[in-house]
Amino acid sequence: MDFTYDDEQQALREAVRGLLKDAYGDHEARRQAVATDDGFDRALWGRLAEMGVLGLPFSEDDGGVGAGPVEIGIVCQELGRVLAPEPYLASVVHAGGLVAAVGSREQKADLLGRLSAGEVQLAAADTSPGGRWASRADGVRASVDGDTWTLDGVADPVVGGATADVLVVTAALPGDGAGTGVFVVDAAAVTRTGYAAADLTRAASVTFEASAATPLGEPGRDLTDSIATISDLTRIMGANQALGVMQSQVRATTDYLKSRKQFGVTLNTFQALTFRAADMYVELELAHSMVDWATMTIAGGDREVVADAADRVGLATARAGRHIGQEAIQLHGGIGMTAEYAVGVGTAHLEVLDQWLGNAHHHLTRLSSRVTDHELVEAV
Amino acid sequence: MQLELSPEDAEFRDRVREVFTTKVPQEIRDTVLEGRHLTRDQIVESQRALNAEGLAVPHWPVEWGGQDWTDLQRHLWHEEMQRAGVPIPLAFNASMIGPVLAQFGTEEQKQRFLPPTANLDIWWSQGFSEPDAGSDLASLRTAAVRDGDDWVVNGQKTWTTLGQYGDWIFTLVRTDPEVKKQAGISMLLIDMTTPGVEVRPIELIDGGHEVNEVWFSDVRVPGDLLVGEPGGGWTIAKFLLGNERVGVAPVGATKRALATLKTTAGDLMDDPLVRARVAELENELLALELTALRVVAHSSDGAPHPASSVLKLRGTVLQQAVSELALDLAGPASLAARAEDDSPQEGWARRTAPTYLNLRKASIYGGSNEIQRQIISRTILGL
Repeated sequence: MDFTYDDEQQALREAVRGLLKDAYGDHEARRQAVATDDGFDRALWGRLAEMGVLGLPFSEDDGGVGAGPVEIGIVCQELGRVLAPEPYLASVVHAGGLVAAVGSREQKADLLGRLSAGEVQLAAADTSPGGRWASRADGVRASVDGDTWTLDGVADPVVGGATADVLVVTAALPGDGAGTGVFVVDAAAVTRTGYAAADLTRAASVTFEASAATPLGEPGRDLTDSIATISDLTRIMGANQALGVMQSQVRATTDYLKSRKQFGVTLNTFQALTFRAADMYVELELAHSMVDWATMTIAGGDREVVADAADRVGLATARAGRHIGQEAIQLHGGIGMTAEYAVGVGTAHLEVLDQWLGNAHHHLTRLSSRVTDHELVEAV
Repeated sequence: MQLELSPEDAEFRDRVREVFTTKVPQEIRDTVLEGRHLTRDQIVESQRALNAEGLAVPHWPVEWGGQDWTDLQRHLWHEEMQRAGVPIPLAFNASMIGPVLAQFGTEEQKQRFLPPTANLDIWWSQGFSEPDAGSDLASLRTAAVRDGDDWVVNGQKTWTTLGQYGDWIFTLVRTDPEVKKQAGISMLLIDMTTPGVEVRPIELIDGGHEVNEVWFSDVRVPGDLLVGEPGGGWTIAKFLLGNERVGVAPVGATKRALATLKTTAGDLMDDPLVRARVAELENELLALELTALRVVAHSSDGAPHPASSVLKLRGTVLQQAVSELALDLAGPASLAARAEDDSPQEGWARRTAPTYLNLRKASIYGGSNEIQRQIISRTILGL
């Protein structure tokens, strides 16, 4: 048992942290990036590709780096620290993860190779308007005529969907109970309406109308289980990203309490405030333990274990995020409410991550349904 | 980063689990697992069984019966013990005075006290808190005055847990009223059969007799029973209170209590709200257990980890939360708390109200949760 990073993982963290600090160390730079048409910094995306970060999860045969979940988690934590708006979770972890899980050898080599090189951006379309974290598609339907597949329906929110070159779409297969397939669609050939979420990261509403689609993997096969597993992996990586956000918020809050003066003294003179900061730290450390644990369960390769870990870390980070995100604003006072200050934007980002990937209610519902299946929860 | 235990640690865990489940009598373990009260004899019998296997005081120096284990192994020992329903070795002996004597005691004190302390041939009590010295321990007033080679002690200690069983008591006393309050404190070991020592029970809100007042009236203590140097008591007290990095939070016991509750709850487990409360608690306990593992896995120098305060804080809150859930599940049956033994209400349900009330102590003793927040905000966050 070991909860520490090895030297190479440390080096990766330092390298990514350095790059992101240059890009977004000043929150003003993030404000400018999210104000552009793309909503993120394409030059930074290119540098992440050069660094091998975009290819981290994918095998070398597919043009990637073949790193493990711990390394991907490190990147997500660092992105979270600076509230980077780059669609890494959406494009690399989620959409790339789907291609890696269900694509044919040729499809993987093509799409993942270009994704790793920064030549294409992917987005996963798996949610219909009003939909709630289901791996079974209901908003988009697939039809087949001979060998030609087409899609109809609406997917929304598609995170990173407006700037994506290729959409990876989950769609109901033709016929009752035929399950859900995964398809690749040329993003330029469908109707997309982009918008900004509360944290100013981008999503899109995508309408498919007899849109030409290519099945990933064996055509017509039900891929619901694989879709669920990739959602679980994405949830765990989203928890890593949330951890980075929360770490920054706790640090910013303690720094603020030490420097901000009211009534002629710094705020850390007031125990009503320092005790609340202590409670934020408690939540942060407990969430950190869950994030490390959930990330480590992935290496074992057991789908059910990973699904359980995703629910557990999802619940834990959602609870911690509400606590820390709200207290960070409250302890800052008015400045925490402003868009020019990172703390409150971090709270928005935490909320977007949870509502996109799975909120506390959702994960607790799933955990509750299984609560009598075990006597004790085994950590190891 | 790796989740699995190494083969050596997994083997270690299996070995201690085997000992706990075969060498400690089933009746004692059932008593713990069902949340019933242990008798003095059961506590003694269990600790002697562990000591015979070298498992009572593993964190002591090897020459005094300790084991050269890693912190992770000690953590596994502690968790497996709770999981098996084995009573934790008496804290006053195993975690408090034993390590203190091993560190600060004279060779003669070590020879005289450590072996019977490990075997619970001597039952130690703790004489620290006083009516006007709780979280502000350094304000204690119990005085020891030099008289020839002896010390003469006068004053009052309180909250002395299980003092009614005590053979000896380790006390903090004021030996020098002239200096800064921390510098005037010394540790004295006092035989509780000495004339002038009186133990008076304190009845608690749960109806039990767990704590006591201990009064000292002209109690004469031989000079060789002072630990360390005169005036060194505060240093020793800090060592004692900060000594434990393993077992700060009762994770295993709380997990066990929740697991037992799922069984005793019966049909109530069909209630979605009950299921949600259990699931939420299980998740919080997992986070706590993993944090305890992170703390022990990161240790190398044996110094107290600041995150120990996180464990104490959240560990006690969760321990209390499980007792609240138990009480809610018992419902009206919990009113039969002090009914006769032939009550038609189930035993677990009758114990829930006293247990809930008793566990309010958990966030007060051993450094209240407000003290823990103070430690976190000052030591960790630098506020």
